[in-house]
Amino acid sequence: MNKIQVNRWKDQLFKIWGIGCTLVGLILLVLFIGDILIDGIMRIDWGFVMNLPSRKAEKSGIYTALMGSLWILALTTIIAFPIGVAAAIYLEEYAKKGRFSALLEINISNLAGVPSIIYGLLGLEVFVRILNLGASVLAGSLTLSLLILPIIIVATRESIKAVPSTIRDASYALGASKWQTIWNQILPASSGGILTGVILSLSRAVGETAPLIVVGALAYVPFAPSNPMEEFSVLPIQIFNWISRPQHGFIENAAAAIIILLLVTFMMNAVAVYYRNKWQKKWN
Amino acid sequence: MKKILFLTIFSAIIIACGETTTNKKTLVQGETALSGTIRIDGSSTVYPITEAVAEEFREVAPKVKVTIGISGTGGGFKKFSRGETNLSNASRPIKDKEMAACATNNISYIELEVAYDGLAVLVNPKNDWVDSFTVEELKKIWEPAAQGVIMKWNQIRPEWPNEEIHLFGPGVASGTYDYFTKAIVGKSGSSRGDFTASEDDHVLVQGIVGDKYALGFFGLAYYSENKEKLSLIGVHNGTEVVKPTLETVSNGSYSPLSRPLFLYVNSTSVAAKEVVTFVEFYLKNAGELSKDVGYIPLPQEMYDTQIERFKAFVLKNK
Repeated sequence: MNKIQVNRWKDQLFKIWGIGCTLVGLILLVLFIGDILIDGIMRIDWGFVMNLPSRKAEKSGIYTALMGSLWILALTTIIAFPIGVAAAIYLEEYAKKGRFSALLEINISNLAGVPSIIYGLLGLEVFVRILNLGASVLAGSLTLSLLILPIIIVATRESIKAVPSTIRDASYALGASKWQTIWNQILPASSGGILTGVILSLSRAVGETAPLIVVGALAYVPFAPSNPMEEFSVLPIQIFNWISRPQHGFIENAAAAIIILLLVTFMMNAVAVYYRNKWQKKWN
Repeated sequence: MKKILFLTIFSAIIIACGETTTNKKTLVQGETALSGTIRIDGSSTVYPITEAVAEEFREVAPKVKVTIGISGTGGGFKKFSRGETNLSNASRPIKDKEMAACATNNISYIELEVAYDGLAVLVNPKNDWVDSFTVEELKKIWEPAAQGVIMKWNQIRPEWPNEEIHLFGPGVASGTYDYFTKAIVGKSGSSRGDFTASEDDHVLVQGIVGDKYALGFFGLAYYSENKEKLSLIGVHNGTEVVKPTLETVSNGSYSPLSRPLFLYVNSTSVAAKEVVTFVEFYLKNAGELSKDVGYIPLPQEMYDTQIERFKAFVLKNK
């Protein structure tokens, strides 16, 4: 065997290894989703989506939890999106490279790794008690916003960095100010990546349980929130609560609620992919 | 006599705490006209009963908003002692520290028992040698000193097989674990560490179902849902061997592995008629509803005396 053949061999070997690694994730996902579908798909009907919680598994529904999750999602987006993107623009475009910005950067990266329950404790003290918001949707959303801010900031900075410097230089060459360059060139060019980051971080927020339980999200609420100051429950808490019940019917309910939660995240990811493709086309 | 005794105790508590009743909720006659919010938090073990009561209460008083959280017994008492909740679910009595927290915030309360929870000791149905355990034997198996030492069935009774014993139990963060270790080992949270622990009791059921040499414990409700797949073992209560059933748990003969579940009511909250109606509704229906969710009702006369106690408490705090 000469050297070329050896290298071809290595190439083939690595390809097979790569396929294997990809399959591990895929197979696990298929097994998990298949298992959940078998358990829960028959349970999903209009009543399941529209009913209030009940002690009888077959009469129980996810209405209040689903509404709570949608409220949380909407408010968290409104709060975290502008703050996160603005912070990233500042760090990337305005902040002078120095000790202070290095310190900021390290802290933001560290925040991304803090366990989510810590954010719950922070939210309980700051939002629920000091700002006196109570165990409201607003307090929950503010807590989750803190949780996903670092992710949004990092994703936004990466996509701003990825904008070719030729675009920036061309804008300046035409006499545009810094703000005009950011608003008219940089942001549109990076918006695909920013949106992907924001939506993926929101997908994480919608699956969080621990920080919301700490903040005081409830397991049983017989009404959907009608304003940001009302109490709420969310789907993951409902699922968690059902899984810990002995009766088999609740396990089916939990599986069905997981399917609905997965649908919500899948739809959000689909939106992210759609926007990314749309913007990429425009800029290529 | 009893009533007078309770009255004195509660008035003493209230005087000590310095009563502040300033609830300006309009009291409307007739229960369907009741409105307002009742905030409940606490133990996730008690949660299914309170949820069932709240669900039935929707029929009686549709405008009353009852909300229930699952912060755990300790987390619930924290909120209760700050006056953030009206009622608190608890799977154990209030601790001294929590009492002190209530006192500093001028919160007085009444403790009510709502149902019993039994703890089942289980083996695989293929296990044909075990018919009962004594508390000492369970202690010998589960105490911290047993770790790495008590590994085989014949170490417990010589006539049992010379096979490894495989232990299954709830995770150390669960109230069920606390209460088993308190009742069997004598100290809450103290046990050997080399057993298969899971926060999800369904996993324990699966573990025991698939292993002839398994031994485990968990809430009686999980056994009731899996009767045909598991074998329930009686526990010697000092005079005789008793298996946990509706009767033996309710009359207290299944000892020490049964415990009462509690509901605490804040004294300032009973100025609101919806809270009074809800708690009375709770005590009247807890017997039936606790069976529905897998727990064991108290004897009827205990509900009756508690309703009387509660009524006296309400009068005192009006």
